Order: sequence, then structure tokens, then C-alpha cells
Amino acid sequence: MAAATRTEPAPRPRLRVRTAPRRRPLRWLPLAPATVLMVLFLGGPIAYCCYMAFTDMQLTGSPDTHFVGLDNFTQALGDADFRNAVVLTLVFTLLSSIVGQNTLGLALAVLMRRASRPVRTLTGGVVVAAWVVPEIVAGFLLYAFFRREGTLNAVLDWLRLPSQNWLYTLPILAVSFANVWRGTAFSMLVYSAALAEIPQEITEAAEVDGAGGLRRLWHVTLPMIRRSIGTNLMLNTLQTLSVFGLIWAMTRGGPGHRSETLPVYMYDQAFLKALIGYGTAVALLLLLVGALFSVVFLRLMREEV
Amino acid sequence: MRPTAPLILAAALVATAGLAGCGGSDDDPDTVKVVYNRSTDNAIRFKDRLLEDVKKQFEKAHPGKKIKLIPIQAADNDYAAKVQQMMRSSKTAPDLVYEDTFRISSDIAAGYLRPLDGYLKSWDSWGQFAPTAKAAGRGEDGRTYGVPDGTDTRGLWFNKQIFARAGLPADWRPKNWDEVLDAARTVKEKVPGVTPINVFTGKAGGETSVMQGLEMLLYGTGQDPLYDPRARKWRAGGAGLRDALGFVRTVYAEKLGPDVSDALNPNANTAVANEWLPDGKLAIALDGSWLGQHWLDTGGHPWPRWSTTLGQAPMPTQHGQPPGRVSMSGGWAWAITAKSDKPDLAWKFIETLQSRDNAVRWDVVNAQIAVRQDVAADRRYRTAMPGIAFFTGLVRYTHYRPATPDYPQVSAALAEAMEAVTTGDSTPAEAADSYGGKLKEIAPGAVLKSR
Repeated sequence: MAAATRTEPAPRPRLRVRTAPRRRPLRWLPLAPATVLMVLFLGGPIAYCCYMAFTDMQLTGSPDTHFVGLDNFTQALGDADFRNAVVLTLVFTLLSSIVGQNTLGLALAVLMRRASRPVRTLTGGVVVAAWVVPEIVAGFLLYAFFRREGTLNAVLDWLRLPSQNWLYTLPILAVSFANVWRGTAFSMLVYSAALAEIPQEITEAAEVDGAGGLRRLWHVTLPMIRRSIGTNLMLNTLQTLSVFGLIWAMTRGGPGHRSETLPVYMYDQAFLKALIGYGTAVALLLLLVGALFSVVFLRLMREEV
Repeated sequence: MRPTAPLILAAALVATAGLAGCGGSDDDPDTVKVVYNRSTDNAIRFKDRLLEDVKKQFEKAHPGKKIKLIPIQAADNDYAAKVQQMMRSSKTAPDLVYEDTFRISSDIAAGYLRPLDGYLKSWDSWGQFAPTAKAAGRGEDGRTYGVPDGTDTRGLWFNKQIFARAGLPADWRPKNWDEVLDAARTVKEKVPGVTPINVFTGKAGGETSVMQGLEMLLYGTGQDPLYDPRARKWRAGGAGLRDALGFVRTVYAEKLGPDVSDALNPNANTAVANEWLPDGKLAIALDGSWLGQHWLDTGGHPWPRWSTTLGQAPMPTQHGQPPGRVSMSGGWAWAITAKSDKPDLAWKFIETLQSRDNAVRWDVVNAQIAVRQDVAADRRYRTAMPGIAFFTGLVRYTHYRPATPDYPQVSAALAEAMEAVTTGDSTPAEAADSYGGKLKEIAPGAVLKSR
């Protein structure tokens, strides 16, 4: 359409000047419903959420809502439980997303390229199955796996290794493992696609130059899939930051506050302690953490170009 | 590009129309929506069955009118959050809700409930209710918002067979906390494989932990240890709270209680009633008067010999100081929501629920302590359950929780303090201090210095 207007015959420039401003809103018309829907259902809740974060709205106990300025945020920063939740969120993200899902996904993708077809199909099937299972089902499965009378301890017993009360002694590690189990498939798929894009000649050239497997991985493969790594890290991290169902089903953030990441803390404050306003403020802070991560990864991706 | 535009437009229009359709309420003026909590134990459905029965009675007596029962099967905290969310909007608000009386003040303050005084004035049965029960449904404005259907008391249940093996008496009557702990230690030593004592604890258990666990201890340490009703102020963590938390710490540090991860499970109360006590795995349970409901023939886990196997003892005060024993009482009430558009019909359903006959049946199957004189005098009630005389006798010593809108938040803070000492993350003194700090955030300007 834009091209068509530009190639209009020159002799009638006046008309063009007059119609252009009138035409532009007309051209927007087909998009209007979409825009309205977006503003209503995407922008609306976000704006409402931002508003609530500055109020003392409660689920029960108070009939009206007051504007309280930055009180919710100062309260959060001064709260030891909130700081604990931030630290645990970072640990959880670092451990399960960046170290776990990302590295394991890459390793699986690399190994599967060399594997025979049946092995590849089988491994791929199993890993993707973990991803297909709904979050809450995965949560209960892994709860059954990690709990004191669960599968893991039965296996350890059978191997004559000391059993552990995983969900009690190191719950953050248990939920991190759970998240790795669930999310690795995504990384694996992204990396499989990326590795398939590397031209055969380059790998062969490196081989001819005498580069071993590890050197090839470090100097050829990784730089070539750098953009995929960036995309994958960003998607993984953002998804992991907001994991709630998995942790809630496995530990409810406990015992004590030992696995209480920000989303769990937020739910606890907003719905169990009825402090909707404060919970929303925490949600905004969580958004901020996510934004920080995305900025870092976006930078990483841009440098290459 | 152009040809697709009408398509998109049409799709968007359909979508908006659909969404608008979802928003429209399907409210039938002749249907009363009743929300109640269904037991998380799938074998226990006596409440559901009774309500179905009352629903039939009501629909027969009021032709054309309908009752829609909406059970919510969830742990208590989640039930409350769900109901509060429903009551926020007139699109989702039910007409009648079943509420724990400790949340009523809070929901009254939030404007979710409707005063019932107009109906109560002309209701004959209201005169039968005990004054304390009437107070349970009263808001700070002096109006009544809930009709209680029973109350409860709390004490110690103990397994006489395990006690016999441990060489403890069958008519056990501990005089102070130390004697309770000593009995538990004896069981641990003499009867291995049995959990000596259960004290509910932790956030997941919610009010169960706080009321059956901590408050049963706390109210045995002195006068008004939690809230000063005259000054209308909360007490920050003092010696009483530290000692009560110390008791919890001792139970879990000396491994006198269940495994900590079991104790912190949100369904611990179901496990005590359905597994640990009937299977003879638990010697002493600090628990409520209603436990027998689980083991009746009509209950989920019939256990005919429970009344001879289990004994009951009052929970003693800390050092045996007068009056020597302590109990806590709560209960649930029926309330009409503020956003209900057919309160009259909803009230009629409360009247049907609280007909003398239904009230007796309710207290019997629910193992409640009667709050109505006519029910308490009923032969069916008095002979319903062994032990009912014992728990009714505790009413003289019982305490009620502070009926303030911020109590649920204070309760949550207490549960956190309990969980911290149970896991060993904090000492009792640290947990009490941290509770004091939270109290200042919950009720600014309404906190007394600790004693």
C-alpha cells in the first residue's frame, strides 16, 4: 500500500497532500479491533497491576483502598523474607535455567547428532515427553520422586547409598532439579535446530586443521550458534523466573522459607495473607528482575552483529 | 492484504462478543448459590450428604426455588482465599457462604457480608443460641453477620494401649507442660516406632497449626497473652510466646513429634485422624473435640473401638497455674454475602438448615459442641458420641480468639514463627522477636510492649 501511494502520478500533488492525513486513520481501521483488544486485555491488566502496586488493597479486612505511594516497595526491600526470596530466585534461575537446562540441553543436542537414529528418537521422545507433561502433573510426579518415601530414596537404598530427605534438607536443589527435568527439552530442541544449521564444510575444515572435539566445540560450534544461545538463555530464564506451580506442588515454598522464590512469596502475600497491593508490588519487582536479565541477554546477542 | 481485513474484523467482533457473553451472569432469581468447604479427605462426605438432604427439604417446601451447592475442596487457607475472591464481584458472589468464625470479622470489615439483624429479630430459634455463640458472628459495629452452627473445644487425646505398653496410666491427667513432655519422652523410650506426640505446626496447616498448636500453649501461660481486649491492642512476643514456641521446639528438636516434613504437610490434620491415631502410630494428639466424626459408622474411616482405645485429658496450663486447664474454641457460621441479590431466599435456607432437627443432625455428624440449648438438650445429641461430655465440660475453661479484622494476618505471622522453630531455622526468642516485628506492620500503633 505504501509503495502504491508513492508511485501515484505527479500531476496532482495538492490532492495527495490533502488526502494523506485523512487516509492514514482509514488505513489503521482494519487494525483497530486488534489494537483495541490489545489495549483492553493486555495493556489494561498491566496498567491496573501498576496502579494496585501503589495501594493498600486487601482481599479481606478492609473495605476501601488507599493510595500509599512507595510504601509497598520500601516495605518489600526492608523485609528479610523478601530479600531471601530474591536470593533464592537467583539461585533457582542460575542453577536450573542457566546451568541446568541450558548446558544439559546443549550437551544432549551435541550428543544426539552423533547418535544412531533409534537412540536419537528414543532420547528425544523421553526428553520431550517431560516437557509435554502439564506443570502441575510434573510437580506431583517430582514430589513423589523426591519425597522421603519416594522413588529416588528407594533407588538410593537399593544402591546401598544413604538416603536423603530431599524436600526438607535442600528443597531449593530439589525444585531446581525438577525444573531442569522439565525444561531441558526446550533447550535441546533449540540447539538441535541451531546445530543442524552449521555448514558441514566448516566443521570439516576445522577437522582438517587438526582441531579436536573440544576445540571444535569451543572455537567453531559455540560461536556459530551464539545467537541461538542468547535466545535460548533469555526464554529459559524468563520462564524459570516465573515458575510457580512446580514449586507450589512440591514444597509450597517451605520448609520455613527455604524454597520460597519470588512468585511463591508473591502468592503467599497476596492470597494467603490477603495483601493484594503488596503482592502486586512484589510482582512488579519480579518484572524488574526479569527485565534486567533480558537486557543482559539482548546485549549479548547484539554484540555479535 | 485488503481481503483479509474483513476477516480479521469479523474474527475480532466474534471474539469480543464471546468475551462479553462470558461476562454476562447466568443468574437465576430462584436459585440460591451455597458455597461450603468439602473435606480434603475423599472418604468424608457427611457434610455434603447432609446439605443435599436439606436442599431436598428446602426445594420441596419452596416449590420453584432451587439450591445450588458449590463445594470447594481445598485446604482451609485456599478455601478462604477462593471464597473472598468470589465475594469481591457480584458476577461470582454466591448467596450463602460457610465461614470459619475467625475470618468473619475480617470479611465483615471488607464489606463482603450482610447484617442479619432484621431476620434474627423475628426468628424464634435465635433465643436458643448461647451468648458466646451469638458473639462469634458479630461485627465490630455490633450487628450480627453469621449464624453459628456449632463450636468445638480442644484437648489431649491419647492412645491407652500405647500408654499401657509405656507404663503410663490409663487415666492420665498431666498437671503441667513438663508432665506432657515427660509422658512423650517415656513413650519414645519404651515404645519405639510410635510417634509420641503431635502438635500441629507450620504455615501450610494455617489456622489448624495456630489454634490447635500454638494458642493451646500460649493461652496456658497467663491472662490475655495474645491480645488485650480492654486496650484493644496486640501483645508483641513476650515470655509467654517464647515459652510456647519453646515447647514446640522441644517437641520437634527431641524428635518427640512426627517427622518435620510430615508435620509441615498441609494435610497433617487428615493424616492424624485417618492414619496415625487409628493405626496406633501416635500416642498423644493435641487436637479438637470433633475427631470422633472420622470414626463413626457414618464417617469416612469407621473405627468401632476408638472410644475404648483413646482417652482424653484436658491440656494443662504451663506450670499448672489456675484454672489448671486450657481450651480454645472456634466454629463455623453461615453468612449471606453483601452482593447477594436474593438475601430473603438465602435466609430461608439458613432457617431450614437450622431447623431443630437439622441442627441436631448437623452437630451429631459433624461432631460439634452444640451452641443451642434445644440441641444440647436433645437425647440424640447427648448420646451421639462418647467423650462429648468431656469436651462439653471444657467449655468452662475455653478461650476465644480475638475477633478483630486483622486476626487472620496475625495468625499467619504466628504460623510462620511456629514453622521457624519447628525446622530449627530460628530459636524461640528469635521467632518471637520476628513475630513482634511483623505485628507492627500488621497493626501499626496497636501493639503493646512485651511483658
